[in-house]
Amino acid sequence: MSQYTVPWIEERKYRPRGPARLVVALARLVYRLAAPVLRRFAGVVFFGGVVAVCLIVWLHALVFRLTDAISASAANGPAGTLFGGGLTLAELSAWRSGPGDKGLAVFFAEGLGVFAYLLWPLQFSLLRDLIAMGGVIGFISVIPLYTIWWERKVAGRIQSRLGPMRVGGWHGWAQSPADGLKLICKEDFIPPQGDGALFRLAPYLAFVPAICAFIALPFAGTYVFRDLDVALLFILAMLGIEVLGVIIAGWASNNKWSVYGAMREACQMVSYEIPLGMSLLVPVMMAGALRLTDVAETQRGWFGDWLAWRNPWCFAAFLSYYVASLASCKRAPFDLPESESELVAGFHTEYSGFRWSLFFFAEYAAMFAVSGLAVILFLGAWYGPLPQSWAPTGSGLAAAMVRGLLFDGPIVFILKCAFLLYVQIWIRWTLPRIRIDQVLYACVQVLLPLTMVVLLANTIWLLFDTPDYPLFHAVSRAIHAVLTAIGLALAMAITGLMTYGYLNRRRLVGALAVDHLPGA
Amino acid sequence: MNPYPWLEPVMFYLCAGVALGAAVGIVVSRNIVRSALYLLGTLGGVAGLYFLLHANLLAVIQLIVYAGGTLVLIIFGVMLTSRTPWVRYTPRRGEVVAALLVTAGLLLALLRVFTTTEWSAGARTTAGPAPVADVGTRLLTDYLVPFEVASVLLLVVMIGAAYLARPEK
Repeated sequence: MSQYTVPWIEERKYRPRGPARLVVALARLVYRLAAPVLRRFAGVVFFGGVVAVCLIVWLHALVFRLTDAISASAANGPAGTLFGGGLTLAELSAWRSGPGDKGLAVFFAEGLGVFAYLLWPLQFSLLRDLIAMGGVIGFISVIPLYTIWWERKVAGRIQSRLGPMRVGGWHGWAQSPADGLKLICKEDFIPPQGDGALFRLAPYLAFVPAICAFIALPFAGTYVFRDLDVALLFILAMLGIEVLGVIIAGWASNNKWSVYGAMREACQMVSYEIPLGMSLLVPVMMAGALRLTDVAETQRGWFGDWLAWRNPWCFAAFLSYYVASLASCKRAPFDLPESESELVAGFHTEYSGFRWSLFFFAEYAAMFAVSGLAVILFLGAWYGPLPQSWAPTGSGLAAAMVRGLLFDGPIVFILKCAFLLYVQIWIRWTLPRIRIDQVLYACVQVLLPLTMVVLLANTIWLLFDTPDYPLFHAVSRAIHAVLTAIGLALAMAITGLMTYGYLNRRRLVGALAVDHLPGA
Repeated sequence: MNPYPWLEPVMFYLCAGVALGAAVGIVVSRNIVRSALYLLGTLGGVAGLYFLLHANLLAVIQLIVYAGGTLVLIIFGVMLTSRTPWVRYTPRRGEVVAALLVTAGLLLALLRVFTTTEWSAGARTTAGPAPVADVGTRLLTDYLVPFEVASVLLLVVMIGAAYLARPEK
């Protein structure tokens, strides 16, 4: 090394003082013990984590249903205690050892005694609500983490590179938690001339409505926090309030480029709310309810019963909803608000650390919410593509697992949402960004007239599509069959392309593949 | 059968407190952008009160139209037209006297209304949440004329806005 050094190389290494020494030593020890194990079994840990989370959710659902059943069958009804719970420990143990069909909960009753007593605090619906809300918030916090990882991998593959590969071992699965830790440790910079209180408020104005949208979003028939009768409008309202967070973020940064990004974003999001809402009216018309569980109920059946294929207008509404939802989530090709190569980072230029990551949580949570809406309203909600009559009946564990994975359940819903998220990521890294005037042209002069025509045509179609007009009804059923065939062809084409790309992933990358990197 | 009857007064005071506190904030704040944001608090508090009255449809319409639409426009207008957000308004003595008189008159009227109304605690005539389908049917049968008048009004507003925003020749 030459005798000329730069100041930051001469800075001293970080030496912890006081109680921090113990924490740092402990962290280093944990890392040294866990890292080799984690690196070897990284794939197992990742997938094991996913399976464990699914099992925990299933267990919670089971326990909640059990407490409901016990409270309902309680002999003397809930007493008037402060928190509304009724059964004492004595009554619970009497139920446990008493007669009666307990179904799958038999291992609670006859297994370890302590589990039966864990049911006592779960009688209070307030506590169950708190646990469920904690679960929802946990889900919303994990989804952005792994969507960002997945996006970086997909982006890498589309660009003939690999994406994160090192952190955590197997394909960089720990990249997102590592980034999260880094972001928490960053300097909390507030622009001194900007509005400090509003600067601090803005990320929460963007993130909290995204969480609130999940209050009304059902994951399966009974897996919904509150089954609102205006669930669809509630989710639209929450996605509309997010606009305010972005505007205030741009304003409070005291940075004219942030204000440009914020204004563009507000303009875009508010304009695209109109075609969004109007295309959502089409499945509401088909189902006759704003309650999302009712709309899902009309799609119970097989692939052909999904609302997207029933009507050429429903199909058009699905496509226009998807485009409008891309614009409302600020995803490319409508990602001018971020414009990573134009405005540095748009409205969140001045944000660093955890405040920045809150914006990204909000964006990915909103992506999941709009994908969830698309799945529920157009793509068969939580019902699988195979006919429901093929589902194994019976209360055994294997039958329940097959039903949950293939036919009817939250896992089917999450898989479908994941597919739509993948399509969003795919579109983002394929299409170029369009200018703000082109964005508004597309909204007002293309999508809006299209949605109006679709809405009107659907109304008239539904008037005539009854057995009273047999010719029209026959034609409509033929069109329904054709659309189902088109849908099947599309699904198989996309799945085929994905499989082909995965199987040939080395060959497609070509000379750029380097085999000595971990995870190759 | 409500297991938590004590929850409703708590939520009422919470929502009402937020709405009132935010309303006071709008008036008291010196920063015009912050005043516009306090309006969000008021609208949210009122939406909460609608939810407490089981008027779900009205509450979400309040959030969509007011909080997501009108408030965004107000914030746009405030942000793009104010040279500085910190406004300093010194009223003249005549204006202060006029404001006090009008406020006193309004206060007396409100107090009279409060003291002469029948506030029967707990007795509510709402039979529960109104089904959305019901509201829709009534809008198109019993209340068709107000519905059409409102849509004509909206059309007039849109035409006026398009005319005012036309590009200069």
